[in-house]
Amino acid sequence: MAELTQEQIEKLKALGRTQKENLIKLGEEFKDRVKNYKASIYTCNATSCHSGGASGVIDAFKESLKAAGLEADVRMVCTGCMGLCASGPLARVEIKGQKPILYQHVTADMARLIVAEHVAPALKTGSEVNTSDYLKKQELSLDLPFFTKQRKIVLRLLGHSDPEDLGEYIANGGYQGLMKALTMKPEEVLDMIKRSGLRGRGGGGFPTGTKWEMLAKSPLVDGEKFMICNGDEGDPGAYMDSCILGGGSHAVLEGMMIGAYATGATSGWFYIRAEYPLAIQRMELAIKQAKRYGILGRNIFGTDFNFMADIRYGAGAFVCGEETALMSSVEGKRGTPRPRPPFPTQKGLFQKPTAINNVETLANIAPIIVNGPEWFSEVGTATSKGTKVFAITGKVKHSGLVEVPMGTTVGEMVNDVGGGTSSGKPFKAVQTGGPSGGVIPASELHMPLCYEELKKIGSMMGSGGMIIMDQDDSMVEIAKFYLGFTVDESCGKCAPCRIGGYQMLQLMNKIAAGKGTKADVAKIKEIGNAMKKASLCGLGQTAPNPVLSTMKFFKEEYDALLVDGNEPDEIPTEKNVNACTINTKR
Amino acid sequence: MADDKIKIQEDTRKMLVKWKTKRGSLIMALHEIQGAFGYVPWDAMEVVSEEMKIPMAQIYSVLTFYNHFKLTAPGKVVISVCDGTACHIKGGESVIHAFEKELGVPAGFTTPDGLFYIQVVRCLGCCGLAPVVVVNGKTYGRVTTLEVPQIIAEWRQTMAAEG
Repeated sequence: MAELTQEQIEKLKALGRTQKENLIKLGEEFKDRVKNYKASIYTCNATSCHSGGASGVIDAFKESLKAAGLEADVRMVCTGCMGLCASGPLARVEIKGQKPILYQHVTADMARLIVAEHVAPALKTGSEVNTSDYLKKQELSLDLPFFTKQRKIVLRLLGHSDPEDLGEYIANGGYQGLMKALTMKPEEVLDMIKRSGLRGRGGGGFPTGTKWEMLAKSPLVDGEKFMICNGDEGDPGAYMDSCILGGGSHAVLEGMMIGAYATGATSGWFYIRAEYPLAIQRMELAIKQAKRYGILGRNIFGTDFNFMADIRYGAGAFVCGEETALMSSVEGKRGTPRPRPPFPTQKGLFQKPTAINNVETLANIAPIIVNGPEWFSEVGTATSKGTKVFAITGKVKHSGLVEVPMGTTVGEMVNDVGGGTSSGKPFKAVQTGGPSGGVIPASELHMPLCYEELKKIGSMMGSGGMIIMDQDDSMVEIAKFYLGFTVDESCGKCAPCRIGGYQMLQLMNKIAAGKGTKADVAKIKEIGNAMKKASLCGLGQTAPNPVLSTMKFFKEEYDALLVDGNEPDEIPTEKNVNACTINTKR
Repeated sequence: MADDKIKIQEDTRKMLVKWKTKRGSLIMALHEIQGAFGYVPWDAMEVVSEEMKIPMAQIYSVLTFYNHFKLTAPGKVVISVCDGTACHIKGGESVIHAFEKELGVPAGFTTPDGLFYIQVVRCLGCCGLAPVVVVNGKTYGRVTTLEVPQIIAEWRQTMAAEG
């Protein structure tokens, strides 16, 4: 940015102060605007419900409200993800003074019925009404463990507000975190984040406060230092970041800006998968609104803090979720990782100090600043604080997006939140951490979900993908699927990953075809361990996890496929070593 | 063809105005080009090289690194079949095979009449509807192999109606 005179800066500061007032006013205006509504209909329009036909539902609601003359009484809100994606499209009717009702599998016809049988009569009589059996059947109880076991920090506004309305975000306490942080010293902000115990939600679990402190200590290079938001959620079967960005883009931006203030970063980038058009569109809108209201720019809210943010699209490369590869991609190059050190906080994007944080991590920041670090660290386990968002999918009844306290057990996730298997068949295993993770078998249902426990069992937290499998699923097949994925996605830069992965996959194919031997299994383990130690980046280091962990917990499934699977293992005891020697002598 | 080339190059030059001054924006520029033409034509790459002062080899290396970019024009109807984990364990793979069998071309290819293009994608973010197929932006959820011929017939009709 160009140098400005003192006079110009004073003018900008005055403007910033006015802009701050205007922003607070925007929240008040929103409250004024909605206070006269007697009811609200919240319809989920996140990716899953949208794909299931939510737009038609919204149109039908609007038409029938208009026909019933209720437009001025009922607020129609298109929200971010409500969570229970398997039952979508979802719509929740909230009439003042009455119990909110959540409807599942809503169609356009049903929307008309909801207005005719529920909304219109309830508003007319002012009391709860009896709807037809058909509608009653489509009601989802909000007392389901799926809802009651959750604790929402990151997802608190999703499903309850219009993500495109900045006024509504402000009215719900939005940008309070940034305003508060700007009255504090950067070190105080850093200290709060450190004390909260927040760790990176992208998988590795590195303490966010420590990462930021490292960036804060790095001096500016050519007057620049960067923040990057990693929204390259490549784990197939996980969509947490997509929903957080799509339903709460301002919260992520606010988190990044607080980080920038604490670390002295001058600008930021949101790196978002091109496959997530809704997330991109919402983030673009958030940045546009933030520029317009002086949230982004110079002398923000009349302080000395300047910050700008921009968006970069991913282009379909899983390896770009790795931070050094991601930076190459933001620079417009092939997304290949580079060795660390130097760490990104020393030499990152364009060779300048950079901190890279996951979407969910950033979404946790503003609530921590507003409510204090103790409020945050009360939730969770000794070393894993706060909550974690999971996309729980696969063969589970309540497939969807959930946020639970750290330390929730695997059993609670599968049976209570997930409602058990969708097929009704016995639960077999849950896969966490996607292609970098491993399986948790049914015998480990008591295990609490936290960084350490998951790592101990040979899996990892990952970004929050959780795939439930029942007894029909072959563990060899699922391990082969993930390995095939990482082999496809290996960037090819280092040999252990490029060659090791390919050779492992050949052996896995051989085993799956029923032609493998015990020697092949041993070879896979050998290659796997070499890849873990010698690969350049996280992709190669974790690629063997799905195979090694299924081999550990479901050995019998591999054995059943081996040519020599039923023969006992040859153990080199003294006896058979001697026998061998005798044989050679003969 | 010559007219095509001139048009592509003119359009590309216009698109690059906003990108060429921004550092590290090659991928963003390529996204915009593919958005406009459905793929990244060689003629457009030449303009990118010239305007952004990036060697052709580097542009080509970036294009071939990322799955998202296409170097040839796909069919008019792009069928994206999801094979993310959630879709995979709910039968995504058999849906892919059904499309391949029905159209007679493997995934990643266009039918000889230039109408259909099948691509396998990893997670479209609506795992609740697994297995998922997206055809030219229209989503089909919980797809079974039996529905595949119907989906193709539907799009044949749509395309015939559009001429």
